[in-house]
Parts: sequence; C-alpha cells; structure tokens
Amino acid sequence: MTVLEPRHAEELPEIRQAVAELCSRFGGSYWRDLEPDSYPERFVRELTAQGWLGILIPEQYGGAGLGITAASVVLEEINSQGGNAAACHAQMYTMGTVLRHGSDTQKQRWLPQIADGTVRLQAFGVTEPTAGSDTTAITTSAERIAGGWRLRGQKAFTSRAQHSDLMLLIARTTPLAEVSRRRDGLSVFLVDLRQAGLQMTIRPMRTLMNHATTEVFLDGLEVGDEALIGEVGEGFGYILDGMNAERILIAAECVGDGHWFVRTAAAYASNREAFGRAIGANQGVQFPIARAYAAVEAADLMRWQAAALFDAGQRCGAEANMAKLLASEASWQAANACLDTHGGWGFAAEYDVERKFRETRLYLNAPVTNNLVLAFLGQNVLGMPRSYGG
Amino acid sequence: MNVVVCIKQVPDPNSPGQLDPSTHLLKRDGELVLDPGDEFGVEAGLQLVEKHGGQVTVVSMGPERGLDAVRKALAMGAAKGVLISDDSLRGSDALTTAKVLAAAIRKQDFDVVITATESTDGYTGVVPQMIAGLLDIPAVTFAKSVSVEGDKLTAQRQTETGIEVVEATLPVVLSVTAGVNEPRYPSLKGIMGAKQKPLDRPGPADLNLEDVGGASTGQRITAIDSAPERAAGEIIKDEGEAAKRIVDFLADKKVI
Ligand SMILES: Cc1cc2nc3c(=O)[nH]c(=O)nc-3n(C[C@H](O)[C@H](O)[C@H](O)COP(=O)(O)OP(=O)(O)OC[C@H]3O[C@@H](n4cnc5c(N)ncnc54)[C@H](O)[C@@H]3O)c2cc1C
Ligand SMILES: Cc1cc2nc3c(=O)[nH]c(=O)nc-3n(C[C@H](O)[C@H](O)[C@H](O)COP(=O)(O)OP(=O)(O)OC[C@H]3O[C@@H](n4cnc5c(N)ncnc54)[C@H](O)[C@@H]3O)c2cc1C
Repeated sequence: MTVLEPRHAEELPEIRQAVAELCSRFGGSYWRDLEPDSYPERFVRELTAQGWLGILIPEQYGGAGLGITAASVVLEEINSQGGNAAACHAQMYTMGTVLRHGSDTQKQRWLPQIADGTVRLQAFGVTEPTAGSDTTAITTSAERIAGGWRLRGQKAFTSRAQHSDLMLLIARTTPLAEVSRRRDGLSVFLVDLRQAGLQMTIRPMRTLMNHATTEVFLDGLEVGDEALIGEVGEGFGYILDGMNAERILIAAECVGDGHWFVRTAAAYASNREAFGRAIGANQGVQFPIARAYAAVEAADLMRWQAAALFDAGQRCGAEANMAKLLASEASWQAANACLDTHGGWGFAAEYDVERKFRETRLYLNAPVTNNLVLAFLGQNVLGMPRSYGG
Repeated sequence: MNVVVCIKQVPDPNSPGQLDPSTHLLKRDGELVLDPGDEFGVEAGLQLVEKHGGQVTVVSMGPERGLDAVRKALAMGAAKGVLISDDSLRGSDALTTAKVLAAAIRKQDFDVVITATESTDGYTGVVPQMIAGLLDIPAVTFAKSVSVEGDKLTAQRQTETGIEVVEATLPVVLSVTAGVNEPRYPSLKGIMGAKQKPLDRPGPADLNLEDVGGASTGQRITAIDSAPERAAGEIIKDEGEAAKRIVDFLADKKVI
C-alpha cells in the first residue's frame, strides 16, 4: 500500500488549530455539567456559526466545499480536546444523501439552510427494534397516498431527533415478501419534524452516555411527494454510498479520543507518585499507554489513507472499514489504559476519564458493530462465505 | 477608518524558551505562533473597523515562517498582510524593529496603529513608543478599552494606581493590554478566504531602509544572568499566635 498525500494538506494545521481554540472555550466542566442528558446546544451553535458543520457542503450551497479529510480533522480535534463530536457529527454528513440523490429543488431548499445552521439535519432513522445490523429487515412502511406518503412504524436509537429539524428516514415502500432482492423496495424520506404533529411521537432513550438518542413512533404520519429523496425503491443503495464517509469520520473521532486518553494518561503517570516515584516509571503502567499509543497511530495511518482515497474519488470501502475497526479498538485500548493509570480517580467524574471512557465505548458498536465490519472485510474483500447480505 | 496592527511571531509560549549562548538571543527554531498578546490587537482593530468602516492591515517583521501568524490574522478578518522577512534583519534590536515597522506602516493608509504593550518573547515593551516617535504621532499605551469618535480616540489606560482616561487626535499608536477584548478565533470561511487576501512582502529596499540589519544595530546583548533566586519565605508554625504574627508581618510591610 502506498500512502497518499491528504487533500487540503496546507489548510489542515490551521483547521486543527482553529477548532482547538474553539474547543478550549468548552472545557471538561462544560461537557461534565451536561450529564446525564442535556444537549451541548451552546457548543453546537458556536461550531455551526463558525462554519465547521458546513465543511462538506459545496460552496454553491453556502458551505466550504472541503473534503472528507478536512472534515475528519474537525471531528478528531473536538474529541482530542476532550469534547464529544458524536453530539453533532451527523449535521456534517447526513446531508450527503440529499446532496447526492436529492432533486435540484430539494438541494436549493435545504442545503443552504443546513450550511448556515438555520436548519438542522442530524437525525437519521434506520435502526428499528427488530432490525439493526440487518437493515433490509426493517418494517417501517411508506404507503402511497394522493400527493405523498403515509409513514407507519417504529425507529429505535434515532439520535438527536429532539435536536433536529429534519430527519432522514428509511422505510419500506414495497414489502419484503414482494421484492426479488432484499435490498429492493426501500426508500428514503426527508421528514420535516417541525410539522409532524400528533402522528409522530419521539421518546428519549437513556443510554450509557449522554447521546440524546430516541425512539420515534410513526403513527400514520403523512408527508408530501417533496419528501421523497431520489427514486422509489432505491433507498438502500443511497444509504450504502454514504457509509464510507461515515466510517472515516468515525475513525477520526476515535483517533481524537485515543490521543486524549494517551495524553491524559501519560501526564497523570508522570506526576502521580506511589512508593516514592512516579507511577509511570513502572512498566505495568507505562507499557499499556505506549502500546495504546502505537495502536492509535497505526489506526490513524489507515484513516488518512482511507480519507485520501475518498477525496481522490477512488474506491475506499476496505480502507474506510478497516480504519473504523482499528481506530475504535485503539481508542478503547487507550481508554482502558487511561482508566487503569488513574486508579480509583479514573472513576471520579471530575477527571473526565470515565465520561470519555463511556463515550468512546460506543464506537465499537455504532454506527456499525465491528463484527459487521469484519464480516464486510471477510466476505466482500476476502471473498469468504457470507453471513449477511446476498 | 483604517487600522494597522503590528503582529509578532513568537516561539510557542507553551514550550519553555531557551537562549542561544553565543548570541544571547532567543532560540527560535521551534514552532512560531502569532503572539497571543497580539491577538488582542487584531481583535481591537477588527472591532474598530466593524464599527467605523475601513480595513485592518497587519504588519509583521520576522522570519519566513512568520507567514503562519500573518495568515492567522487574515483568517481572523484582517484584509491585508505585510511581512518583512529579509535576512539582513535577523537579530534586529527594538529600535531597528521599530524603524522597519514604521517604514512599512508609512506605506499604508492608517488612522490607528495597534500593538500589544510588550511581546511574549522579547518583552522590551519599547517598540510601540518608538514607532510613535518615528511616525511623529501620539502614543496611547496600556489601553484596556478604546473608543473613537470623529478624529478623537479615547482610551482607558491601566496604570499602577488606577485607570487614566486619555484622549488623542488621530492618527495614533495604540498599545492594548491583554484582556482588552476576547479575541475571535478564525472561522472556516476565514481560513479559506485568507488565501485570497493580498500579501505584501517588501524588502528593505522597498522600504527605503539602508543598512538597518542586525550587525549594524546600536545595541548588543553582552551577558545574560539568571534571575536571582527568591529568598526562602518564612514559615510560621501555628503555636497559638500564628494569626497575630501574620497580621504583624503584613502591617510591617504596610500591606494592611
Ligand atoms: C448510542 C447509540 C446511538 C445510535 N444512533 C443511531 C442513529 O442515529 N440512527 C440509527 O439508525 N441507528 C442508531 N444506532 C443503532 C446502531 O446503528 C445499531 O445498534 C447497530 O447497527 C447494531 O444493531 P442492533 O443493535 O440491532 O444489533 P444486532 O444487529 O441485533 O446485532 C447484535 C450483535 O450480533 C452481531 N451480529 C449480527 N449479525 C452478525 C453477523 N452477520 N456476523 C457477526 N456478528 C453479527 C452484531 O455484531 C452484534 O454484536 C445507535 C445505537 C446506539 C447505541
Ligand atoms: C534577550 C533577548 C533575546 C532576543 N531574541 C530575539 C530573537 O531570537 N529573535 C528576534 O527576532 N528578536 C530577538 N530579540 C530582539 C527583540 O525581540 C526585538 O527587539 C523585537 O523585534 C522587538 O522587541 P520586543 O519583542 O521586546 O518588542 P516589544 O516592544 O515588547 O513589543 C511590543 C509590541 O510591538 C509589536 N512588535 C514588536 N516586534 C514586532 C515585530 N517584529 N513585528 C511586528 N510587530 C512587532 C508587537 O505588537 C508587540 O507586542 C531579543 C531581545 C532580547 C532582549
């Protein structure tokens, strides 16, 4: 594998520094005080105002028109500074489906408002109580009515639905029993949550960390024709072609977390004394941190490679998935090393270690579980027998 | 109203500085950043032009790498950058620095020249007043707040005993203290836009400066000594009258 030059290499240090400065005004106590379930509204507003969440939107629609490499640096830096990019990363990339498959009218209508933050599109309803990894098993349905569609069903883990104006939703327009391929008959809708009324109920779900995730109940919600994105029945493909971007951005968030844990652990290990010397002099403390550091750096290389391929318009499915796998494992390794280094104090909220520990644990399981990443590599890259898809 | 802000690039204040034993000058081979003190100057300049119209030009003298500092100021919102980075200026003392900056400033349209009160690395704290002297305009120093009405600038000036209110007629040199405002950080659009902004790179000849370089400066640093160690403090053990002894001590020093 040859390592590619990142796109916008010249701007990346400036981007990193500007985001770090913004984050420095939202320190650990800001994030701590939001626990267990307040949304980082002030942070997200500031990030939006400074243009960071519109980084991927083309300039003609009011965004900055940069690539996935630059976008990944923004999210990495938020996590590296102790924040939680998962609270808002979706505003950056959910619009990709509209950009790639929406009509001109839809793009003109929504993208400029998403770019300047007057409209938030950061809820994406795919997962259901009985369909997670197996997306094509969803049962939420969209039934054709005059001038639009009627939506029925239940979504689970629809994150940020209470902090979003629009929700991208995938639903069956043809029942599973009537399609020849499982992936057929799914369609994507852009639902205006502000107009949803009583036919929709959103209930918060408490989770391990502060993530503003919800259950969404659709009880015959009617949406107009203008809500449909792209062609009827082609929705699954639309979702898939946004995956690589998402994988790369998630990998970068993990790298950011990894750096935070390694930095925090190394500093604590150098200062904390036991038995008359710094605990970091003990190999039992020092080596796990060093090993985690190596893992984070190795994963980071895969992330840069995947991002460069993506920005060059080349195939990057394998690299994007490997980056997500390796980076989420590395940040979890770093999280454990950091928690161990802090002894009991790692459990004390004031150190932020336990919060970051909970936050980074998510990436092993969502937005895609690492098993499914391995299954993708095993069957789609290495050609072994299938356990999913077909 | 046009504002020139002088910005210096300094070694990252977060990493400890070191002196070169042969020249007694600060080692500057590490990363250079926009002097955090000058961010207040840039912000003050931007606020003035946002209120009164006009534009901010940033002027910096320093090595080629100083471009990053200029770029940052442009990303914050300055309209134009001027970087003077000729090799002959390496090792300049404060007066040479002021001469070069004054010459570059003269080429700009300006009503106010803003500096910090002292730099984070050299901190002689004399460059602003020297620039004012060379330009033959008033220097309003140590401003902690500023306003302009017509051709009159009013500043609150921090002194050891309190706050002075000073007025001066434009054009003026204004040095601002840290905390005069909250410097903005560059937005994404600012960073991308900075590359399209004009950047001047005049050499000494363009500024009509003959022979101002390091070797010919009138100042030389002959020796460097460590700051004297502070004498150990007195520790008062509480044996019933610690409070009284501390009060007596403070009264003795006329602190209370
Ligand atoms: C905090 C949080 C936020 C989320 N936000 C969103 C959101 O905004 N929108 C959204 O749509 N979803 C969201 N999700 C859902 C998430 O994407 C799913 O939980 C995830 O894809 C797994 O689906 P599942 O929970 O149904 O697990 P299942 O699919 O039931 O899997 C359970 C286990 O079986 C394993 N498994 C399944 N099939 C295979 C196989 N073929 N080979 C090997 N192992 C297999 C899985 O890896 C996993 O370990 C979120 C989840 C969480 C926890
Ligand atoms: C011990 C010592 C070591 C030194 N080492 C170096 C060195 O390694 N490299 C070097 O270049 N100089 C060095 N100098 C010289 C000193 O930094 C220069 O005199 C300097 O250019 C101006 O002095 P100052 O930083 O003390 O300015 P001050 O008077 O403290 O600066 C006040 C303000 O003037 C403006 N300003 C000052 N200098 C510039 C500039 N160059 N460009 C734009 N605006 C400016 C800024 O707004 C600054 O905040 C050293 C001086 C001393 C005493």
